[in-house]
Amino acid sequence: MKRLALFIPFLLFIGLGFFLFRGLSLDPKELPSALIGKPFPAFTAYKIDGAQVTEQDLKGEVALVNVWATWCPTCKQEHAYLNKLAREGVKIFGVNYKDQTDKAIIWLEELGDPYVFNIKDEDGMLGLDLGVYGAPETYLLDKDGVVRLKHVGDVNDRVWKNKIEPEYRKWVNQ
Amino acid sequence: MIQRMNKVRYLLFLCFLGLSSMSHSVIELLEFDSEQEKARYQVLIDELRCPKCQNQNLADSDAQIAIDLRNKVRELMDQGKSDEEIKHHLVARYGDFVLYRPEVKKETYVLWYAPVILLLLGFLVVIFVMVSNKRSSEKDEVSFGSEDERQEKLRSLMKEKSEKE
Repeated sequence: MKRLALFIPFLLFIGLGFFLFRGLSLDPKELPSALIGKPFPAFTAYKIDGAQVTEQDLKGEVALVNVWATWCPTCKQEHAYLNKLAREGVKIFGVNYKDQTDKAIIWLEELGDPYVFNIKDEDGMLGLDLGVYGAPETYLLDKDGVVRLKHVGDVNDRVWKNKIEPEYRKWVNQ
Repeated sequence: MIQRMNKVRYLLFLCFLGLSSMSHSVIELLEFDSEQEKARYQVLIDELRCPKCQNQNLADSDAQIAIDLRNKVRELMDQGKSDEEIKHHLVARYGDFVLYRPEVKKETYVLWYAPVILLLLGFLVVIFVMVSNKRSSEKDEVSFGSEDERQEKLRSLMKEKSEKE
């Protein structure tokens, strides 16, 4: 019994080692979204082209909501991939976050427009309701407009295949 | 040599830059109706954490999102919301991360109670060690027997020794 007790520190060490090792692969910058499982926040805003839009316009189909801005370098990086997804039939709504509309329009003309439409969020208040803390951010909405997943950072092949697509398929097939 | 000096100077300069950004919190030209309101605002932005920055409160951060959130706090105060309501408003959007003092609930039990439990465990271990030490030293005494027995043993040993000689 006494002998076995000598192993307690060793076991504690193993336990601590396990948690520390796991900590190596966690990204402390990634916050869990408070919005998962909740409906997209209610809003009334304007599209980039001037028409009025509310959260009801996002419902109907499984879709992505991509928060972006022309001042955001990573947004430029992911733009080509969003174009590709749009070509493959993924519905993407844009939130033009704290940006100037004329710059956004030029950007879309030059780089292509993967978005169904873009919501103007000049003062960032819709972003605030969404819990945006840095563009780009991408949300997955189900048919009823409920937020199912949030990704912070660029959407690329790896992120899409490993993280977003499985969930996307799940909600499409539901 | 001169180049190296310049490098050192540059590094020093960078260090001081870091210092200055740490010691100054954001100074804002906000008008408040009363000192009380101003103090309340200060407490709130001291206690709320900037979601973008890993370990800064809203008061200390210059990040755009921190500025937006400070404005939001101010706006909610002007709408007559209580401190709790304001915190709840931000938690609903950014999660518990924004609170430096998270609420006590199922997910945060470990956070709140683990230190107390570990402290108690520590005490238990200390008490256990002390008790077992005492017991083992008592046992040693018992093995030597009582005063009389020891005297008796001593006498017999001495006798043995003198007989041998």
